Amino acid sequence: MAASEVEDLLRELAPQVLGVLVRRHGDFDACEDAVQEALVAAAFQWPAAGIPANPKGWLVRVADRRRIELWRNEAARHRREEAAALREDLEVDPGPTSDDSLALVFLCCHPALTTASQVALTLRAVGGLTTAEIARAYLVPEATVAQRISRAKQRIRETGAEFAMPPPAERRDRLNAVLNVLYLVFNEGYTASSGPALHRIELTSEAVRLARQLRALLPDDGEVAGLLALMLLTEARRPARVAADGSLVPLAQQDRSLWDRRAIAEGVALVKAALAETPVGPYQLQAAIAALHDEAASTDATDWPQILGLYDLLGKVAPGPMVTLNRIVALAMVRGPHAGLEALTTAEADPALAGHHRVDAVRAHLLEQTGDREGAVAAYRRAARRTLSIPERRYLDARAEALAAKAR
Amino acid sequence: MKYLLLIYHNPESRQVWESFSEEEQAEGLALYAALNNELAASGELIVAEALEDPSTATRVTVNAGQVATGDGPYAETKEHLAGFYLVECASRERAVEIAARIPEADMGLIEIRPILTYSALEM
Repeated sequence: MAASEVEDLLRELAPQVLGVLVRRHGDFDACEDAVQEALVAAAFQWPAAGIPANPKGWLVRVADRRRIELWRNEAARHRREEAAALREDLEVDPGPTSDDSLALVFLCCHPALTTASQVALTLRAVGGLTTAEIARAYLVPEATVAQRISRAKQRIRETGAEFAMPPPAERRDRLNAVLNVLYLVFNEGYTASSGPALHRIELTSEAVRLARQLRALLPDDGEVAGLLALMLLTEARRPARVAADGSLVPLAQQDRSLWDRRAIAEGVALVKAALAETPVGPYQLQAAIAALHDEAASTDATDWPQILGLYDLLGKVAPGPMVTLNRIVALAMVRGPHAGLEALTTAEADPALAGHHRVDAVRAHLLEQTGDREGAVAAYRRAARRTLSIPERRYLDARAEALAAKAR
Repeated sequence: MKYLLLIYHNPESRQVWESFSEEEQAEGLALYAALNNELAASGELIVAEALEDPSTATRVTVNAGQVATGDGPYAETKEHLAGFYLVECASRERAVEIAARIPEADMGLIEIRPILTYSALEM
């Protein structure tokens, strides 16, 4: 039995087992710890002894036992005993697992938690990752992640957040929080695709896996479909995004034959169906933009007017500084670099964009197109100085160098 | 976002510290302890350390494979690094908020430096 097979199975079962336990006992905190220990035990035993006939039942049984042991040991026994006494009468039918899995995701992304805690707790409780794996993925010490998780659980206790589906009136907002967490996990993985990132858990695949899980639970939600599509359509370009020497390759210069056609087809189908059948939302719009890029044979063959239209819509539904900037790039492709530069000057009035390195990067690119080499070199250099990203700095410096050399 | 919060000392700040009574010094240290606990609890603290006096600093020079050590030029500088916090927080504003809680901020001796990353957006 391959260890990786066992690992995949365990990660898939983790939220289901936790759902059963929390449904049964109510104390999320202790149940989550107990499930983690059961997962560790299984990861040790199964590769040698083989997967039990009923793996989920095995995990539930072991976690149940661990929970009781933890419960006995804990200094906080008192509090739990009281809580258990109160709950005695409320013993309910376990109910379908899919509801439990959903309730679990909603609890982990509860609005009372900080985003960093939501991310850590979701990856552990829903994704079945260990604290150590999460710490490695985020390049922070294990103690920091452990603290985020225990803090999150403490908050859940304090606020009395429930292991249940949120009431219908809150459901949209709560689901948006869940989508945001998955989006952040994906982005962390995607943007970190270069650099000394050895031994990092593949956060992008983890985010895609969780998004697929969520979609299986909520097949009719257009934004869940939109987010999954956005992930697939973005991830599809990854093989072309970084050159052999680790440097960034901008979209316009990527070798499009390297793009993952299967992921693109799946993403396009998902977003098309969502746009046709469900209310439009920011993830669907971003996915639609990504789809237009992915389907184009080159930058010139890209349907820029439609991309501009989608950014206009996105700016209304979910305005933000990066939407503004990306819209300007599309605007320049449709109406020329001068129109783009003009819009850039207006956009800079937004304090979120003033002095931002990406404004300089876009300006440099547009100035280059107008033939203002000197201006472009200066703007590339300014952008390079201001970015906090090493690969971005290398890219921007290289552009400035190349352009300055041409001018000489 | 990760930020390094640098704490500097200079002769004046040292004088102020030395002029404190024992109780006042204890109060000052309690402020650090409270901040450390709070940042650890919020999951924002990665590490915080105070540094030994710069007179204990060692300067390392490798010349043609030969490692030589000596006192740093740091020993003579007026302002020196006295400690640091490495935090991960949601925004620059939050980093400023944390920095403002470090007692040396009263004397303008805190510097915030964002940490470079290897992550990059689509260009």
